[in-house]
Amino acid sequence: MLRRLHTEQPDSFAFSPANMVWAENQISKYPEGRQASAVIPLLWRAQEQEGWLSQKAIEGVADMLGMAYIRVLEVASFYFMFQLQPVGSVAHIQICGTLSCMICGAEDLMAVCKEKIAEKPHTLSSDGKFSWEEVECLGACTNAPMAQIGKDYYEDLTTDGLRQLLDDLSNGKVPQVGPQNSRFAAEPDGGITSLTEFVNGSIKLNASAQLATDIGDTVKRIDGTEVPVVQGWEDQSNGGAAKAVGKDASEAVAPVAKPAPKAEAAPTSSEAETGTRPAALEAARETGADDLKLIKGVGPKLEQLLNSLGFYHFDQVAEWTADEVAWVDANLEGFKGRVTRDDWVAQAKVLASGSKT
Amino acid sequence: MLQDQDRIFTNLYGMHDRTLAGAQLRGHWDGTAGIIQKGRDWIIDQMKASGLRGRGGAGFPTGLKWSFMPKESDGRPSYLVINADESEPGTCKDREIMRHDPHTLIEGALIASFAMQAHTCYIYIRGEYIREREALQRAIDEAYDAGLLGRNAAGSGWDFDLFLHHGAGAYICGEETALLESLEGKKGMPRMKPPFPAGAGLYGCPTTVNNVESIAVVPTILRRGPEWFAGFGRQNNAGTKLFAISGHVNKPCVVEEAMSISFEELIEKHCGGIRGGWDNLLAVIPGGSSVPCVRGEKMRDAIMDFDYLRGDLGSGLGTAAVIVMDKQTDIVKAIWRLSKFYKHESCGQCTPCREGTGWMMRVMERLVRGEADLEEIDMLWDVTKQVEGHTICALGDAAAWPIQGLIRNFREEIEDRIKAQKSGKLSAIAAE
Repeated sequence: MLRRLHTEQPDSFAFSPANMVWAENQISKYPEGRQASAVIPLLWRAQEQEGWLSQKAIEGVADMLGMAYIRVLEVASFYFMFQLQPVGSVAHIQICGTLSCMICGAEDLMAVCKEKIAEKPHTLSSDGKFSWEEVECLGACTNAPMAQIGKDYYEDLTTDGLRQLLDDLSNGKVPQVGPQNSRFAAEPDGGITSLTEFVNGSIKLNASAQLATDIGDTVKRIDGTEVPVVQGWEDQSNGGAAKAVGKDASEAVAPVAKPAPKAEAAPTSSEAETGTRPAALEAARETGADDLKLIKGVGPKLEQLLNSLGFYHFDQVAEWTADEVAWVDANLEGFKGRVTRDDWVAQAKVLASGSKT
Repeated sequence: MLQDQDRIFTNLYGMHDRTLAGAQLRGHWDGTAGIIQKGRDWIIDQMKASGLRGRGGAGFPTGLKWSFMPKESDGRPSYLVINADESEPGTCKDREIMRHDPHTLIEGALIASFAMQAHTCYIYIRGEYIREREALQRAIDEAYDAGLLGRNAAGSGWDFDLFLHHGAGAYICGEETALLESLEGKKGMPRMKPPFPAGAGLYGCPTTVNNVESIAVVPTILRRGPEWFAGFGRQNNAGTKLFAISGHVNKPCVVEEAMSISFEELIEKHCGGIRGGWDNLLAVIPGGSSVPCVRGEKMRDAIMDFDYLRGDLGSGLGTAAVIVMDKQTDIVKAIWRLSKFYKHESCGQCTPCREGTGWMMRVMERLVRGEADLEEIDMLWDVTKQVEGHTICALGDAAAWPIQGLIRNFREEIEDRIKAQKSGKLSAIAAE
């Protein structure tokens, strides 16, 4: 199947601020020099944000990861979940058509899509709200036939049920996700035959449907504010013995070190040598440390990191020179470049004077 | 029938508390540090004694696989990678573990990683499982917060990080080396073996790739003892197993049962029988789309385990994804659909598979309509044999076997259709 970039492309792409934080967090899951591993998660988030993958999005991700454009393009075209053409503004309907679903009626569901959306898959409906395609096994075979719409699975579907779903979505309603009959999850319909003592009557929805309800983002374009990023990976991964070994070994076995991400403001190649180390304190002054979290872009982890480097007060940060900023930028393990990106110095000046940012 | 107290996945349907507290209430994360303190050799010996065979389809003994990992590091770290790229048509068991009983998997990941001297584990979940990913990530976050992961994980003295990574809709990434390529940020094209992942896997480091279910059963096996686990199922087919039964049964479901349960018992106890009764059973694919189909009449007394299905029926247990087809099913079309699947999912690296899957699909397409010559059945058989065994990974084999199963079991069905088409009579058989 030929998968090419769409003929009409937008002029630019940028991650939303929250998605950017999320993306940097993802990159930190992988050992130093292995940032390319994050390519699929980042491309996916770009698609979640925009609905489909444009050339600019592919290039943007490539720049963030220090990868050649062609390497990212080949990933984008290899994996079928990446939509290389615009999809319906409300939703892209993916009907599972593989064996279990087919013998349970998936062809009828696709007939509904042809009738209500467009004759051909990957084509926008006349009002631009929907598009559809047949996808291969989605792994919910005991709940066949089913469809994925946005982030969610709609299972045990009927043709009437799908019609109703499309109408509801078209009218801006968010349908209940999960099995569309009386089932809870993948148990036998009409009563469980095992695990009868493990039933808590107060739980009304299965895990997938509960998450969809709690987060409320079923067909929404994702801007990164839906699920808070847990800033934990940097802290846990950098200190561990495993990561230290991992770094040495990856250098030993991989002659081609990946270049530093281009999007980062500070050069990361010779970390310790970059810039000048600002004056640091042994401990906070007697008045107690300032709440550095008041600086936008600084969370608990970063505050900890800053304290460990000997920075406790706004006035310390406010006095950093460009050279010193470069040093801090390069030495914020897992958060490189944040000082410049969020302009801490300016923020700290305001905070040191007693005002709010 | 397996009793509830002998079920490992006690929250398979998610009807009980899905949080860490709930998991602990059901007995998970109990004495994890104690298990780890018994040492790597003890864990691997126990796993070997339990007779656990990999749950991802191939059925390779799990304990043995672990023992291939280097005992002493040569400076490279070791990795455990958990294959949660559940994409084999018919298979939907790991999904239930990850969204409803995720702590079985997380605890298993810690113990298995320790047994392989890995400080880092990646779980590669298929891209479509978005809510499952969120559910699993929440559970991982919970475990970090409770000190069960991270430094000195669960008080065991072992530093351990668990990361969740996802794919983007490529069946081939369920093949272990393709999965590693994908995890490294490349197209999911399988690697030549050797070197095997235990020698050079993720980032060129020693790596073991295990299925979700294989890892998730580990803590319970170690807590209850290998004899307990080995007590279920026939010799060499030990344990309990998640079965996913889909298609033409009255109540399709995922259920944990003892290995070597009879097909009839499985269907009658949990699935409410075959749609239209046992006489209406046409064919069964007992282990996911890659194994050959079996005629219905041979299935009723079949024993659902690795050795019986392979040895006696020429099929396989695979992932224990049972697809049931009744007599209203067009069996030729059903197998054509699988051919279409394999053509769609071939990564395009090896010529026999890239071209062969397309040929096979197009011939199957004509067989569905009967627009073919009788000789073409043998020609198709021949093509499947040219693809099988001539590719880097097993996708070529997997594409060939369903067609071979069809020709072996339903040749007369194909022939009738061709003859009917030739004589111009669109008989009832062809229209079916």
